[in-house]
Parts: sequence; structure tokens; C-alpha cells
Amino acid sequence: MPILETRALNKRFGGLHVTNNVDLALEAGEVHCLIGPNGAGKSTLFRLILGEHAPSSGSILFAGEDITAFKPFQRIRRGMSVKFQVPGIFKALSVRQNLEIAMQHHYEPAGLAAEIGRLLDFLNLAPEAGRLAGNLSHGQKQWLEIGMAISLKPRLLLLDEPTAGMSPEETHATGEMVKRLNAEGMTVLAVEHDMAFVRQVAHKVTVLHLGQVFAQGSIDAIVADERVADIYLGKAPDHAKPEGAHA
Amino acid sequence: MNALLRFFRRLEGPQTLGRGPGFWIGFLVVLAGACAYPVFSDGYTVGNTVYFFTWIFMALGLSLIWGYGGALSFGQTAFFGIAGYSYGILTINFGAAYGFTLVAVVLAMAVAALFAVLLGYFLYFGRISGVFLGIVTLSVTLVLERFMAQTAGPEWKIGAARLNGFNGMSNMPPLTVPWPGGDIVLFPDVQLYYVVLGLLVVVYLGLRILVNSPFGNVLVAIRENPERAEMLGYDIRKYQLGAFVIGAALAGLSGVLYTSWGQYITPSSMGMTAAALPIVWVAVGGRSDLTTTLVGTVVVLSVFQALTIHGSQYALVVMGVLLVLTVLIAPNGLAFAAAGLIARLFRGRRAASPAGDA
Repeated sequence: MPILETRALNKRFGGLHVTNNVDLALEAGEVHCLIGPNGAGKSTLFRLILGEHAPSSGSILFAGEDITAFKPFQRIRRGMSVKFQVPGIFKALSVRQNLEIAMQHHYEPAGLAAEIGRLLDFLNLAPEAGRLAGNLSHGQKQWLEIGMAISLKPRLLLLDEPTAGMSPEETHATGEMVKRLNAEGMTVLAVEHDMAFVRQVAHKVTVLHLGQVFAQGSIDAIVADERVADIYLGKAPDHAKPEGAHA
Repeated sequence: MNALLRFFRRLEGPQTLGRGPGFWIGFLVVLAGACAYPVFSDGYTVGNTVYFFTWIFMALGLSLIWGYGGALSFGQTAFFGIAGYSYGILTINFGAAYGFTLVAVVLAMAVAALFAVLLGYFLYFGRISGVFLGIVTLSVTLVLERFMAQTAGPEWKIGAARLNGFNGMSNMPPLTVPWPGGDIVLFPDVQLYYVVLGLLVVVYLGLRILVNSPFGNVLVAIRENPERAEMLGYDIRKYQLGAFVIGAALAGLSGVLYTSWGQYITPSSMGMTAAALPIVWVAVGGRSDLTTTLVGTVVVLSVFQALTIHGSQYALVVMGVLLVLTVLIAPNGLAFAAAGLIARLFRGRRAASPAGDA
């Protein structure tokens, strides 16, 4: 049974058909990357999965349960967790408090401080524990949010461009972390532009184009697919070229 | 035992200024001063001081809703009025015997809280936020004022209690404590002062524990980034509603104390001016902390009172100017602005001194 499944998922904004009959299935234990040119509908699909948008039609199943009508927080409690593209952290609060807010209902009060300490070490943020999260560097903010997301011990981790704004070294380190989390049993769905990162982590890649699933397969198969190269270069057979499509 | 220790440890925490022995010694000194104050004063003045104290509960409630929860509500005076009128209606009908006034306090606060549940449900579960929350709460408050102002006719009565329109309701009994050998009637005097002071200490410390609890953590998380808070699995509407209702109940406590203190309540207690003043008290001191809110409220109220007494007709104008200046110069409140300034001075001196040596 797939851990996440979308069935004939559609989303229209007025006349704009942003998500077009998307069937997507994520097997438990895989790292699945979602790629596609700008405007392909990746973010909308993400928001549909999280419940921030309601689909126009179709359904979403999580571990076999229909969650289409669930609110975002209910989906999180079922075992999803998300890291946003723009670091979604509590800027005016300390790093430690950011993690405490994420973790306070998942651990016994007596063991909470120790668990926070462990996670701070894991994220290389221990020296910054007392600083305000808003004063961290961009990369550190990304890491802090990843830490908050994984502290929920989700079954499915959703990453929206987790390496945006990171240096190649930080990107690689993030990839290694994703692989380590995956080895511990976490399923991961990531929207990502950085092909080196995709190559590093992905078991399976789905290419979205004009709101539809355009191609699916291993990273090697996708890279070898000429049609995929064409849509990134704006030479897709479709007449309606998505706005802003570029390599 | 451990749980109890953890509970009291929350008197200090990331959401409250002031920690360590220094702060608590200062707290005890101030409290001792407040306890000794009636000895050096006369009953009449002490009774007037109680009047100041009655407002602080409402201000602390607003600090919780706005300063901690990030939702600017103009509704505090609505709950103030509802509780005040409820106390009047209950005690005029059932009297003060057998300690009923104390029951009435609880019931009146419950009525205000219930109304807050109803209003807050539509606000938060309808996802009304930001400036719209302010507009809706202000509208509700003003509608209540208008409604109560037109209840002058004899048909507007509940049991024996006439609502009395714009003139308001009066002659309800003051708080009365049943006591062997004769009830203690709490007129605005030294006894009422100690009761209200005691309530103030309990509420202040209770709120400190609340805001440093997991509930308070989530509340400030919602203020900082509601989407992230929800995406950590929190039903943020329930937390916001919780803060709104607790804040409303505290406004209700203010309303009851005010009503029993002066034995009257009028619709203008819910008017435009009344609705705006708590915003000034809370904003000037520093809304995002209980202590700065408390101190700020006392100071602003004292200044306002002094201006009114000394014949200045511009007391309200001064309040308005104070609010505008605060928003422009120190949007987080004067206490935080002053702390920031001092920190910058020290840092500046430290940064400057090596350069000076060179």
C-alpha cells in the first residue's frame, strides 16, 4: 500500500487548470523528487497534499486513509511534516524555543530538554541555542526548520526546495541528512531544482509539466528522456507553453 | 511532586521578563510596599487606588490576547460591560446574603467568557485575523453600547433589575463576604483593597505560569508564524480561542470589580473611548510582557487620573498622542525601547573603547 496517493487530483483557479488529473503514488521508504519547470504546478500539488488548498476534484490518501477533507494540522498529526521553501521559523524566539514548540507534545516533559540537546547537536546548532532564530544565517534557518520538521518523527517528510539558497557544501550535507533519515525509515517527497541534489537522494523522480505528470522513473531514465529536456528548454510539444519556463 | 515543581518553575521562562532572585526580591519589595500602603494613607484614597487596580485585570487579559497571541481585540470592554451588567442583574435580583455576591462574581465572569466563546468561535474558526479582527470586535462592542443605551424604558428589566438605558444600572450591592458574627461588606476601603490586591497577585502569577507553559509556547508561535504553528500539528484556532476567552474572563473580572466598587455600570463603559483606552495602557508599557503591561497600565492610569484631576480637559487627547508616539517611536512599548536603548549604549561603549585605546 502506498503511503501517499493522489487520485485524479484536480485544482482550478478560475480558468487556470493548475493541477490536472494527477495520479501520484509514494511507496513507503522511498525518496521521491518532484521536478518540473517553473509554473508546472509543483507548489500547488504540495499545498494540496498539505491541505492548504482544497482540490477541485479527486482525492488524497495517506496510508490508505482518505484525508482529502482533513485540515492541515490533522494531516500533520497523521504523520506528515513539512519544510517550507522560505524558512518558516519563529524569528523572535530563540533557536531552543523553536525546537521546544515543535517537540513539546511528542516527548515526556522530563526528557524534553535532553531530546532538544540531541537535535541541536544533530543540526550543528548547539552553539546557537540561545540566539534568536531570526538572527541565524540563511543556511542555519533552513536547518532549523528541517530540524523542527523531523522532530515530529513523521512517516512522510515533505520538503519544498530544501536547499534553496544553500552553498554546494550545505546542499550536499542536506542530501546526506535526507539519506540518513530515509535509512531510518522516513519517506520523503521533495520539490527540488538542484539536479545534483536530486541525483544524490532520489529513488524515483516525477516530472510535472502544465499541471500533469509528464514523466516518471529513475533519475537516469529521466535525464535520458529527450522530451523532459525539451520542456525544460521550452521545446515541449504542447502549444501552451507554461509562463516563465526555462532551464 | 516533580510535576508540581515543573508547574511552579514556569513562573519564570522565555515568555516573561524578570527572573532570578533579584527580580523576585524586587517583586516582594513592591508587594510589601503595596501591602503597607493603606497604613500610610486614609480609607478614601485607598478606595480610589482600588479603582486603578480593577482595570489591570482587563489589561493583563489584553496582553495575553494581543501581546502574546498577536490578535488586536477591541472587545475587552464588551466583556467588561457584559460582566458588569450581569453582576448587577444577579445581585439586584438575589441580594447579597449568604455570600451570593461572590457567586455572582463567578457567574458574571462565566457569562462574559461564554459570550467570548461564541464571538471567538466565529472570529477564529471563520479565520478572521489581523485588522479585521479589530474591526469586528470594535463593532460588537459599539453595538452593545448602543443597545444598552436604548434600554431606558420600563419594559427593559430583568426581574427586579431595570437596565435604565444611558444612565446605567446602579445600587447593586458591593461584594459581601459571609463571616461568623456579621457579613463583611467590601466598600471601597482598605478591606476591598486587600482583596483586589490578592486577586491581582494570583492572576499575575497564574498568567506567568500560563504563558510559560506549552500553551503559551504555542500562543507566541502563532503570533510569530501561524502557518508554521499549524504545520507542527497545532489546531491554532483552539489556542487563539482559548487566549481570547481567558482574556475576556479577566476583562469580566474587571467589570465586576468596577461595578461592585462604584455600585453602578453604564453603557459608556463599552463606548468608543472606553474600548480604545485599554489599547493605550497595554501598548505604552509593552504588550508582549505581563510585567511591562502591569506597570505600564498603572503608570498610564495614574498620569491620566492626575491630568483629569488637575483640570486638564485634554487628558484624552494626551492619551491619543501617547498612543501615536508609542506606535511611531517604540512599537513594542516603552519598556522594550528603553531596554534596547540601554543595551545599545553599553554595546556602543564596549565597541568604542578598544578604538579609543588604539
